[in-house]
Amino acid sequence: MDSFPPPVRRIALDRTPRVVAPTERSDPIARAVAPSFGPERLRIDAVSISYEGAPKPAVNAVTLPVRQGEVLALIGPSGCGKTTLLRSLNRLVELTPGARRDGRILLDGDDIDAIEITRLRRRVSMIFQQPNPFPMSIFDNVAYAIREQSRRRPGKAVLKPRVEQALQRAGLWDEVKDDLGRPALRLSGGQQQRLCIARALAVEPDVLLMDEPCSALDPISTGVVEELIHELRQSLAIVIVTHNLAQARRVGDHVAFMYLGDLVEYGPAEELFERPRADRTRDYVSGSFG
Amino acid sequence: MSTVDAHVRSTPGVGGAGGPSSRSRWQRLRGELSLWRPLDLIGVAAAWAVGLLLIVVAAALVLYMGFRGIQYLSLDMLISRPQAGAEQHDTGGILDPMVGTLLIILLATAIALPLAVGTALWIVEYGRPRWLAKIVESAIEVIAGAPSIAIAIFGLAIFQLPMMSWASFSAADGGGVFGRSFIAAGTVMSLIALPSIFTTTREALQSVPRHVREASYGLGKTRWATIRRVLLPTVRPDIATGTALGMGRIAGDTAIIVLLLGATIQLQAGSEIPLVGTFQGTGSTLTSYIYNNSPTGEGNAPEKAYAAAFVLMLMIIGLNMLVSLIGRRRAGNDLPR
Repeated sequence: MDSFPPPVRRIALDRTPRVVAPTERSDPIARAVAPSFGPERLRIDAVSISYEGAPKPAVNAVTLPVRQGEVLALIGPSGCGKTTLLRSLNRLVELTPGARRDGRILLDGDDIDAIEITRLRRRVSMIFQQPNPFPMSIFDNVAYAIREQSRRRPGKAVLKPRVEQALQRAGLWDEVKDDLGRPALRLSGGQQQRLCIARALAVEPDVLLMDEPCSALDPISTGVVEELIHELRQSLAIVIVTHNLAQARRVGDHVAFMYLGDLVEYGPAEELFERPRADRTRDYVSGSFG
Repeated sequence: MSTVDAHVRSTPGVGGAGGPSSRSRWQRLRGELSLWRPLDLIGVAAAWAVGLLLIVVAAALVLYMGFRGIQYLSLDMLISRPQAGAEQHDTGGILDPMVGTLLIILLATAIALPLAVGTALWIVEYGRPRWLAKIVESAIEVIAGAPSIAIAIFGLAIFQLPMMSWASFSAADGGGVFGRSFIAAGTVMSLIALPSIFTTTREALQSVPRHVREASYGLGKTRWATIRRVLLPTVRPDIATGTALGMGRIAGDTAIIVLLLGATIQLQAGSEIPLVGTFQGTGSTLTSYIYNNSPTGEGNAPEKAYAAAFVLMLMIIGLNMLVSLIGRRRAGNDLPR
């Protein structure tokens, strides 16, 4: 019998992934997807995150690029550090007492530590695992995101077009336009999650972070949200954490496989699933562990 | 079920209209009870008895007070001021104690509400340094557990300090500070309401899931914006509940009123300044009025006491209804907890 938790094993061979830009790849799959990618928006540069009292870092020297117009899917078994990594991208991880980050994260070339935190979180907004609308009306949920922190709050007339635009981008407008004053918590789970997406889009972010956005949803709502991700990536960079390998394959342009805090493999989605280079990746994507 | 049916079928015509159904229901109950163990039966019977007894006590209290209240209460009593008098019929009305009760509730709640909510927010949302947070929580527990007469005598010691002379009467020749006023009683009374508001607010805040806060931070909102726009609206009904409980305790407390408000027959301004003078002055509330006029009090006007008790009960019920109306959740706005 294996001991639990499993012993920490270093994956020395694959510790530093071979990060190859899709345009430089020679194989046909990579070239087929390459043209849609824009410039690099986010660069994760040797990022390590450790929690106080934990024997090893939750994320260990991970380097990854995120490009305009792509969906980067982070996969890996529970506790591999993918959510921690995601939460570090908008510095939400700092809210956890005892969390410490090393390495740099660059947003359009600027270190995110140098960007004022409320501004950063508007540029890099986040969707959570649990749909979490605020206990207010549908309109106010989106309007809350737009309102600046200033003393003078913009009126409804100013907010209305922006709220409508956000709801339309999230594909929720037609379902709610007749009663924007309805409490958001009366919506169905799938609608709530799309409202959260609308809320995150309302701040006009450059990067959208999604932490298992469909894990609390039924298959139909999941399909709707995945469709939405496909449409959204035209205009922004998306990083999605998912437990669902089929989903990573459906929505991801690039996939990064993490294991026990290490980045084991990174590459175009089809390549990683069809021809994984590391044994660990092959075992995981073929379902022998996880 | 089948045995009951068989029994009904085997005795045709017995019981007449309604007979079979009531009989079978009774037999079903007997059948169910036969499955119970004797000890369980005794336990359930005792629980029922206690529950019924409590209902009887509550009903008796309300009915008796209502009966006495309606018997002795008149419109005249509500709008006339109390007087010193030898007989019950010339001791006047209860206008001043009613005003006093309202003033004390308003004053004490106005002090306790922001203090309690602010402290709860600090404990739950910031909580640093942790040792200080722990001490503050214990301190509030101590206040919650302290008898109000002890709090009252401590408050009297404070408000009789020379530097507190602005808050109440002072002797004209520069002598002692009287230490009894609406300011003194209201301030000390806020300690009575503070723990219940604090506890309900703290628990409500703690039950808001972490990801709801993070959703707000994730939109680039500051802690303060999150507290004001997300957390406070979410816990508002709980704050209202705590406040209603606190107001009930304020309205019902007698010790602090007797020691710190003076329990005078009429409101007496403490200075010439309008309104401020009232707050600096002494007065009474319905509780001290009831105490003074009960058969053991110096006033000995039990009819007036019953009427006042009835009014006090109505007042507390009315306040509770008002507060729950203010704090009512818009239907469907409950966060899943």
